[in-house]
Amino acid sequence: MKIFNLYIFDKLGTLMYYAEWNRTKKSGLTQEEEAKLTYGMLSSIKSFVSKISPHDPREGFLFYKTNKYALHYLETPSGLKFVLNTDVNAVNVKELLQQIYSKIWVEYVVRDPLWNPGTPVTSDLFQTKLDELIRQSPIFGIRNI
Amino acid sequence: MIIYGVYIVSKSGGLIFNLDNNVPRIEHEKTFTYPLDLMLDYNPKKVTVAFNRKDGINVGHVLVAVNGGPVNGATLEDGRDVKTVLESAENYPINLKFSRPKMTTNEKIFLASMFYPLFAIASQLSPEPKSSGIEVLEADTFTLHCFQTLTGVKFIVISETGLNGMDIVLRKIYELYSDYALKNPFYSLEMPIRCELFDNKLQALLDLVEKTGINNLEKLVEFI
Repeated sequence: MKIFNLYIFDKLGTLMYYAEWNRTKKSGLTQEEEAKLTYGMLSSIKSFVSKISPHDPREGFLFYKTNKYALHYLETPSGLKFVLNTDVNAVNVKELLQQIYSKIWVEYVVRDPLWNPGTPVTSDLFQTKLDELIRQSPIFGIRNI
Repeated sequence: MIIYGVYIVSKSGGLIFNLDNNVPRIEHEKTFTYPLDLMLDYNPKKVTVAFNRKDGINVGHVLVAVNGGPVNGATLEDGRDVKTVLESAENYPINLKFSRPKMTTNEKIFLASMFYPLFAIASQLSPEPKSSGIEVLEADTFTLHCFQTLTGVKFIVISETGLNGMDIVLRKIYELYSDYALKNPFYSLEMPIRCELFDNKLQALLDLVEKTGINNLEKLVEFI
C-alpha cells in the first residue's frame, strides 16, 4: 500500500497545503493550476453525486478509484476538504483523513496563533507532525527516496 | 443486489441509453399548522426546502402537492401562487407533500456529459503513470461502476454500495450492447439506442442479477 499525495482545500477552494510522498507522475501543470483542476473536479463530482444519488446523501462523495490510484475525500462541516491519493488497495483511509483533521490540522494549524485563516499553511511543526502521522500509518508502504 | 440505473455514454460524451430500475420514490406527506416551520425556497420552476429537515422531509426536496392537488412549478392546479397560499394563515392547517426531485431526461443527458470530463481529469491528475479514468466512484448512498471499452463507449451502472463483481455485470451489458444494438441494422452509431430487443435483454439481465446475485451469472445468462 502506498500514499501518493495530499491536498487540503478550504471552503473557498484555496489550496491550504500540499504534500507528496510516492508520486511518480507529474501532471505537467504548475502546482497552482493542478490544485485548481483538482478542486474543480471535486466540486463537479460533489454536485454530480448529489444529483444522481437515489437517496438523500449525508456525507456524499467518499472516494473514486481508477486502475492505478484511489482518491479519498473528506469534507468537514466547515467546508475544509482533505484529499488523499493512495493506491487502490489501501484500506481505512477515511480514518486516516479524520486523524489528519482532528490530530494534526486542529492541533497545529487552528491552534497556531501565527496562522492567518484563509492563507496557506507554512508552519514547520504542522509539516513535521503530518509527515510523521503519514509515515507511521500502515497504509504508507514502500518508501521512494 | 439493488441496481438503480444503467447509463451508456458514447465516445463523444453523449448519453445514448438510460434505464432506471428500482429507483425508490421518496415522498413524505404531512399536515402543517401556521406558521410553516420549514424554510422554503420559491423558484418560478419549483418550490424546494431550503432549511430545517423533519419527518423525512429533507433539504432539497421539492413540493409536489398541496392538500392533495398537484403543484405545477410554483403554482397550484387552480392557478394560485404557492407562496401566497402558504403565507396566509387562513389556509392552515394545510397538507403538503414533498418528494426528492426526480431527474428529468435533460438532467440525465447533462450529468452524462458531465461525467466525461471527470473521467478524463481523474486520469490526468493521477500520481502514477498510465492511469485509466474513474472505474469506481463511491458515495454513502450508492456506488457507480464505469467500464470503458477500447472503442471509448462507457457503460455506467449505479448500484447500492458494497457489491462485488459489478465488472462482470458491466461486461455482460457490453456483450448485450454488441449483440443487440450494434448488430441491429437500423441502429446508427453514436445515436440513442432504441432497440426493443436490447431493452428486454438488459431488463432480464438486471432482474436476474437482483434475484440471484452474480455468482451464477455466467451460467444463467445463457438462458436469457
